[in-house]
Amino acid sequence: MAVCIAVIAKENCPLYIRSVPTQGELKFHYTVHTSLDVVEEKISGVGKALADQRELYLGLLYPTEDYKVYGYVTNSKVKFVIVVDSSNTSLRDNEIRSMFRKLHNSFTDVMCNPFYNPGDPIQSKAFDSIVSTMMVQAC
Amino acid sequence: MSAGDQNLFTALYGSLTQQLPREPMEWRRSYGRAPKMIYLEANFVQFKEELLPKEGNKALLTFPFLHVYWTDCCDSEVYKASVKEDMQRWQAALRLHGSVDWLIAVVESDNKKKNKTNLLPRTSIVDKIRSDFCNKQSDRCVSLCDPLKESSRSQESWSSFLTKLRTLLLMSFTRNLGRFEDEMRTLREKRTEPGWSFCDYFMVQEELAFVFEMLQQFEDALVQYDELDALFTQYVLNFGAGDGANWLGSFCQPVRSWNGLLLRRPIDMEKRDLIQRGEASLLDLRSYLFSRQCTLLIFLQRPWEVTARALELLHNCVQELRLLEVSVVSGALDCWVFLSCLEVLHRIEGCCDRSQLEANTSHTVGLWTYATEKLRCLGDLCGLVSENGPNSEDLNKTVDLLAGLGAERPETVNSPQSPYKKLKEALSSVEAFEKHYLELSHAAMEMYKAIGRLPRFNITETRNFLLDSLKSYVSESWSLPLTHTRKQIAECQKQLQKMDEYLQTSALLASDTNLSDDERRHFCQEILTFASQTAEDARVALSMSSFTRLQELRFRPSSALVHVSAALQLELRLCSLMPVPVTLEQISASIHFTQEQPGSTAQKRAAQNPDGTVTFPAASPASASASALELCEILEHSPSDNVLSSAGVACRNMHLLMRQNDSATSLDTPNTALTALTLEDGAQMLRASDVTLLPGNNSIVFTSQKPGVYTLRQLCATLGQVQFILPHLYPVVQYEVYSQEPQLSIQPLTEHLLAGLPQQVKFTILTGHYSVKKGDALQLSNTDSMPVLHSSTCSARILSSSAELLAESALSIQSSEKVTSISLPVTPPYHTLEFLLEVLCHIPSCPARMESERLTNGQISRRSRTRFNSGMTLIDQKVSVDCPWSIYSTLVSLTFHVPFKVKHSLLSAGRRKFIQVCLQNLVFRQQCVFSVWELRWSSVSPVSLHCVFSAAFAPADAPDAALKPYTYDFTLERVSVSADGSDLSRVCVAAFHLSLCDIYCLR
Repeated sequence: MAVCIAVIAKENCPLYIRSVPTQGELKFHYTVHTSLDVVEEKISGVGKALADQRELYLGLLYPTEDYKVYGYVTNSKVKFVIVVDSSNTSLRDNEIRSMFRKLHNSFTDVMCNPFYNPGDPIQSKAFDSIVSTMMVQAC
Repeated sequence: MSAGDQNLFTALYGSLTQQLPREPMEWRRSYGRAPKMIYLEANFVQFKEELLPKEGNKALLTFPFLHVYWTDCCDSEVYKASVKEDMQRWQAALRLHGSVDWLIAVVESDNKKKNKTNLLPRTSIVDKIRSDFCNKQSDRCVSLCDPLKESSRSQESWSSFLTKLRTLLLMSFTRNLGRFEDEMRTLREKRTEPGWSFCDYFMVQEELAFVFEMLQQFEDALVQYDELDALFTQYVLNFGAGDGANWLGSFCQPVRSWNGLLLRRPIDMEKRDLIQRGEASLLDLRSYLFSRQCTLLIFLQRPWEVTARALELLHNCVQELRLLEVSVVSGALDCWVFLSCLEVLHRIEGCCDRSQLEANTSHTVGLWTYATEKLRCLGDLCGLVSENGPNSEDLNKTVDLLAGLGAERPETVNSPQSPYKKLKEALSSVEAFEKHYLELSHAAMEMYKAIGRLPRFNITETRNFLLDSLKSYVSESWSLPLTHTRKQIAECQKQLQKMDEYLQTSALLASDTNLSDDERRHFCQEILTFASQTAEDARVALSMSSFTRLQELRFRPSSALVHVSAALQLELRLCSLMPVPVTLEQISASIHFTQEQPGSTAQKRAAQNPDGTVTFPAASPASASASALELCEILEHSPSDNVLSSAGVACRNMHLLMRQNDSATSLDTPNTALTALTLEDGAQMLRASDVTLLPGNNSIVFTSQKPGVYTLRQLCATLGQVQFILPHLYPVVQYEVYSQEPQLSIQPLTEHLLAGLPQQVKFTILTGHYSVKKGDALQLSNTDSMPVLHSSTCSARILSSSAELLAESALSIQSSEKVTSISLPVTPPYHTLEFLLEVLCHIPSCPARMESERLTNGQISRRSRTRFNSGMTLIDQKVSVDCPWSIYSTLVSLTFHVPFKVKHSLLSAGRRKFIQVCLQNLVFRQQCVFSVWELRWSSVSPVSLHCVFSAAFAPADAPDAALKPYTYDFTLERVSVSADGSDLSRVCVAAFHLSLCDIYCLR
């Protein structure tokens, strides 16, 4: 389960960022922010010809001693970042993928809300609860 | 293994080892693996029975794959006597050990043949051997002809021998390898059994790796190590999941040595021995495994994979030690990681040239960063970054850590830049630590810069770097990192004694809601403390945006338009962002006088709402970047015919939007905008003194009185030595204070003023800046043609500037012969005084055209003038008024309409003459009244007859009014006309005084 989940707009400003309360929020903000460079490298690394059928899942962005950071980018260049504890070895790539898919679906719902102004921070309760199901439950 | 004639073999050995690997062989492999071309290389040793592998020996490297018996015997006697027996013994030994891979090489030499006389045919020896030893396997005996000679025959036999040798060698190799692999797999399958040992298995599989490596099959060799790696990892994970294997216990021993990876030896025998003996710790095993993988990857020319794997390995090891709950001295892992990072980097640098390294910075930078982080951790741990330096406890820790490093390895003893030396030196003193840490940080930063990732790198403390990252956080609105970075910057700025910048940052931090109240109060106090210092020259100008936010501005009155001396109130609504109340000495708003005509600013005040408020948008960077286009439509009319010539849409706030995109220095980064924070000198100010701003909303009232049109420019809050300045107010806010001269106007109450009837006119006095005092009076010069009719009920109304009725008072009007004096009631400035006055304009008695011209030219009256307009006679009446506020007379023109039109005509009937007068009422229904008189004369008819037509009239609503009758003068002339000499004269004479008493009704 994730320790931090973030949605970042095309312009790299955070739309939503939530982390487990037990650990430093600031650290996760830094971690997510740092990962954006890798996301950009990965996106620009993909050739234009492949852009159409591009895989949205970017895989492991970068590991640190304590965390693994996974990335996902929508076609509209909105980035999802999931940070997982390194010691959580039971998580497989497939599970991460499905987490991203769930996140993407919920995000799409948020965007479909006519009262949501694209670019604003996400405050949807539905989205929040989806994220909650993917987060490590704070003991 | 070579048996038989050792001298013969020694003679051939050189060329054999040289030529064997010259040609490749196709290697077909089991389990569907793709065939490969390989070059065989063999080590030949002399046959000794004790060297043959015993049952269960797993050594594959030293395994005798092929046994060759060498003989140059060409004498059947000798063969029978000794060679055959020797061969039989050899064969028996081989059979005993189950070795089926052998070859008998018979070397033939012409020299030998010549020496011997009783020669058997040369083939017979070979045939004999074949029949003796190789039943059905004739290919196991090969003859070699003069291998040391250069003849074509010997060449041919030599190469066919080599081919045979290779084939047999490969065959044996494949078979033995297959068997080995099978055994290895069997061993691996037993891993769930209690006695299974990973170390033993490790040795077996590594043997395979060695063989592949020897065959230059590095890929296959690497696979062996990767399999071992994966197997081990899985065990550790299973252990974490509660499924522990016994053998893992040996890896759980406390870490005692943390001297890092060693990648300079192809095989680290020291560690390998430890593994073999089952005494290796987890770090030993991981180190050894990685050093082998590294060696193979470098053989495969994939150095960048080494760096990637290294980073993963280091992360992984730290996790695994945690998972296995291995006790580690704090800091030991940091040392290990640090040394390992540098060792990997050194190893990579050793096998790549500079340009390659530079092109692949992205692969190495992770290790550099990791090493930097770890050094930092060590610095923290050992008290090397604290201000006071390490204390004794820190020193003890340092000593412990250094002890775990052990002695430097012989490989690096002589290199002055070895990781070992670096770490030892860095831990030796605060200065050395700083030097090494900065060096590393710098190197890492440079690399991040090179690969374009700099803005997000967050380790170093360089101020400029922090400012760079700050910009990126601001532009992307990452609030938490922003706050944190700002705090670091504040620290830097304080240490660098950059007071203005520090105060600005402090202001930002004091208003930052991400911080705790205590922190905010601290930064606020920093500002207050500085502000209360007494140094005179140290005024500091800061941006107001971090201090308070201007939310709204309200004008009272709401039109933002007042006359002089009226109170215009400007209420500012400021939201103080400070955590505590702040008492300001003064808040001032500088205003700019605009040279504009009053009233022309109306359009510019578009931003001002009808209720007099101006709302200032919250200028947060996020909303600014997303701020909407402010569009307005533009219509252009051609000046000649006012036809629409072009229409378009323009963006009004383009300069703002463009600026945000063009440069990173937005208005909201106060550090860069400091230069713009200069107060405009000489500007007029609105001031409010001793204001206390409470946290949250505050309102401040300014008043303004000086006449003019003003634009608000800046806002400045003064707090001791500190000034908070808001350099621009947007949207533009203007107000107007005007000064007005007193004005008098006289207007008719009805649409037209009629002459001949009493008419009411309205006097309106706008007092402007003049205040009407007691005794002030209007002096109207009287004229005969328009007397003022005053009644006693005349009263005046006093209205305020907003047209409210304030008072009503009676007017006293005195008339003398020359002037009519109207004494005015006391009226304050900028009020309106209204009263009605009745005047009567006499209809001039001679309204005929010629007469009127004479009137204009004559001296009868300068003040009234008669005009004709669309059938109506108009009388312009000028009134001269002397006002108390002016020494000059005011001339007011009134236009009266004459309500009648008269026409006369002379009618003839035979010799009788009639005068017809037609009087037309122009006011009411254009009624006409005709009167006819007959002319008769008793005596001689006069030459000219003067007639006066007079009609009395009264308005319909007041029939009894005694009005001066309307008179009409005309003259009849006698005209003689002679036609054809006849004396017939027709005389038209009118000599009849008419006295008419008809009364016409007028409305």
